[in-house]
This record gives sequence, C-alpha cells and structure tokens, in this order.
Amino acid sequence: MAKNWPLARRKKNLEERARLLRQIREFFVGNGYVEVETPHRIPAPAPESHIDAIPSGTWFLHTSPELCMKRMVAAGYEKIFQICRCWRDSERGSLHLPEFTLLEWYRAGGDYHSLMEECEGLIQSLARSIGLGQRIVFRGCEIDLSEPWERISVKEAFHDYTHISVVEALERNLFDEIMVQDIEPRLGLEKPTFLYDYPAPRGALARLKRQDQTVAERFELYAGGLELANGFSELVDGEEQRKRFQVENENRQSLGKRIYSMPDKFLSELDDMPPSAGIALGVDRLAMVFLNAEKIDEVVAFTPEEL
Amino acid sequence: MEGKEIVMYTASDLRKGLKVIIDREPYIVTAFEFSKPGKGQALYRTKLRNMITGLSIDRTYREGETFEPASLEERAMQFLYKEGGHYHFMDNENYEQIIISEESLGDAKNFLIENLNVKVLMFGDRAIGVELPNFVNLRVMKTDPWVRGDTSKADFKPATLETGYVLRVPPFIEEGELITIDTRTGEFSKRVKE
Repeated sequence: MAKNWPLARRKKNLEERARLLRQIREFFVGNGYVEVETPHRIPAPAPESHIDAIPSGTWFLHTSPELCMKRMVAAGYEKIFQICRCWRDSERGSLHLPEFTLLEWYRAGGDYHSLMEECEGLIQSLARSIGLGQRIVFRGCEIDLSEPWERISVKEAFHDYTHISVVEALERNLFDEIMVQDIEPRLGLEKPTFLYDYPAPRGALARLKRQDQTVAERFELYAGGLELANGFSELVDGEEQRKRFQVENENRQSLGKRIYSMPDKFLSELDDMPPSAGIALGVDRLAMVFLNAEKIDEVVAFTPEEL
Repeated sequence: MEGKEIVMYTASDLRKGLKVIIDREPYIVTAFEFSKPGKGQALYRTKLRNMITGLSIDRTYREGETFEPASLEERAMQFLYKEGGHYHFMDNENYEQIIISEESLGDAKNFLIENLNVKVLMFGDRAIGVELPNFVNLRVMKTDPWVRGDTSKADFKPATLETGYVLRVPPFIEEGELITIDTRTGEFSKRVKE
C-alpha cells in the first residue's frame, strides 16, 4: 500500500473526474463552442465586495476568467468556453478550496433563461455519458435530472423558507446568513433547482430585469443543497458597470479590504458586447455531485494542507 | 487588565480545537464550517462546547469578528484509569490525582489509554479538559478480515478500537494491529510496525 494512502484512495475519483472533463469538452465542442484560454495572472480582478484575489507580484491571480472572456465576446467571439484554475483568498472549507477549477461559458444572444436550459442539457448529457442515467444520488438525496428542473425566485424562497422578506433581510444584513442556514439546504433535493432574480445589489455584473429594476437577471444552480453555478444576463453598459464597480470598491473599503484598480480596457470595450449570457460552474463541486463526495478534498489530487 | 495586551483572534482564525472566551467562560470549537453563499460574505459556522458545563452551542460568525483567546493553564499529567463516567489522571510533578468527567473530555475520551501523557487544562483550579498528543497509537479490537484481490469493495471499512471508538481504516488493516490515529481529526493515519 502506498505511503500516501489518502492520495491512493482517491484514484478512482480522479479517474472519473478526468472522464467528466473530457465529456464537458465534448458537449461544448459538439454545440458549436470554441475552447479558449485567457491569462491566469491579471493586473486586477473585477472589484466585488466579497471576492478577494491572491497577489502575484504587483498583479493578481484571477478569481475567474470573466473580464477577459467578456472582452472576447465583445470582440466578436460568439460562443466560447474555458476550463481553468482560479484563486480566491482565504476560502477554505469542506466545500471550498483557495485554488479551484471553473468551467465558464458565454453565449452572444442568450439570456439567463437560455443558460438555465443549457445547464439542464449539459448535466443530463454528462450523467448519460458517464453511465449515471436520469437519477443521481448525492448527500442522501435521490435527484431526478429530467427536465424541467425546479425554478424558484429569491423572493419566493424567502417567503417559502423564512420568516422575513428579502428586503428586510438586506436591511438587517442577514441575507447571507439566511441563505446559508435556511434556504440553500432546501434547494435541489428532488430535482436540481435554479434560484433566480437576485436583489440588484447582489448582481454587480448582471443586467437588471426590465419589468422590475429591483432585481438582477442572475441565478444560481443547486443540487442537494450545494451551489454549483452562478450565471446571468450580462450587463453590457460600460458607464453603468463603472458605477457599480465603484460601489463595490466602496463596500470593500468599508470592510477594510484593499481596493482594486478599475479594469479600464474591459469597461471601454463592454459597450461592443451584444446582449449575452455567461455562467461559471464549479467543476470540483460538479465532480462531488457525480461522485457523491462529502468534501471537496475527495475530488482533487492535493489540498493546500497536503502540499 | 494589568497592562497585559490580549491578541484577539478574528473569525478567519477559527478552527476545530480553538479555545475562546464567550461571556467570560471558556469554550472550545468542536465543529467548524466555512461557508460563503454565491458572491456573498464569508460566514464561519461553529459548534462550541462550554468547557465547564459541557453544553454545546451553535454560533455563526462573520468575517472580521474578533474573539478573546481562552488562556488556560496546562499541567502535564498521565491518564490512569476510567471508572464509570470518571477519568482519573495524575499530575506528573506532584503526583496529585484528579478526576475529569466524560462530558468535559468530549472527543478526547476516544483516545485515552492507560499511561498516556496529556496536558490537563485548568480554568482557575478546575480541571476542564485535556489536550492530547497529535498522534496516539491504539489497537484494533474488531474489524472485518481483508479479502485479498477483492477490488469491488469500498476503499475503507469500519474498525473498533480498544477505547470503543469506531473509525474508517484501509481494508488491509487486521484485528489486533496497532494503528496511529490523528487525534485532531479522529482519522486513521498509519499502521504501526511492531
């Protein structure tokens, strides 16, 4: 038996993970997407209140490939996907690694509803191709993958699962706590679930809904209570985006966090971007779902503690 | 405070085993989960055990919150024996014997074997818990035999140790073997060569 027993026993999981990655590529290539690679090391990440980048020299390791990929969409690349490593400072828990793998894709002409349908198609086809069929077992739930999946708005979720409204939760700074304790554990138990229409301040890079400007066209995908993906209809107004980044930077300052410089090239090119939709899906977590893993540690070769 | 400056912990220091003061009583973190709802703030969900009463509470902390460390006096002692729910220890310096209840010991009771050297934690003159070495060796009393060449089975199997503690071990571990346990995680670490 190998000295590194924890690593040896993950062999089956890592082989399955490799198969999953191949199938993801096959799905996107088969649907007319072009695989792209953008730099991991960038001058500054998009300013967001609660996402911290790890410095690399005077630059930073990217927290997602969002800015570069959107510049590509703006320059006429209509359907692109990328599978890459991303880094977020101080994020470590049984569901978090400071270095993790994201699958991110963008589609010109789409909106968040079309993205939700694409998620259904992707995950169904992955389950089929690795021989799991329409039902998967994860965290003790038997999850039915047949479409349509459940869709519930943030407002409805607060109504159904909590005693206070979204507005009140935001005012009392309880939004995240209620999300984690009362809402997330109930999502995606029978079918994967899309939680959609987030309060506008919670969608700094998303388009606001035309019929209701208090919400952003953003959704998160859940399976067995685990958050898998975050997608939205893109904001394509450079001026508006700059203002939102300024607000995010002000929030950062009030939390005692470092402020990130404005991504000027991105902002000046954003107006060229056609109406589009984009999404980031956590590959490690997707592997957890398919492998019925309890901790993210079980689906990667090395955790930071093991290096 | 007599001019002694306390270095406070912040929420990001939270981890299993950390000892903090809440409402002037010492608590130990027994379970810890980092969570962060999509694009939201980091939350640290903890279960804390009051080291005096043994009662547990659930608390969620946010990024930036601070705690006062519980600085407890440590005395080097040896575990002697267990009688009912009482665990007897002896001070290595003055041979004084003390008793700690099962509730106060928490998970540590799973790893106590006779003559084990531990640090007993004192809050004033009360013994309220023990600190174990990171690794202890314990004997496997019960586990299923290993069927060589059987690859269909899971990568682990349950094993019961001499203290009654049950954990997962690799399939090649046999009854009667001595194994090393990481007391911080309660997990199998390695097989001991005898």
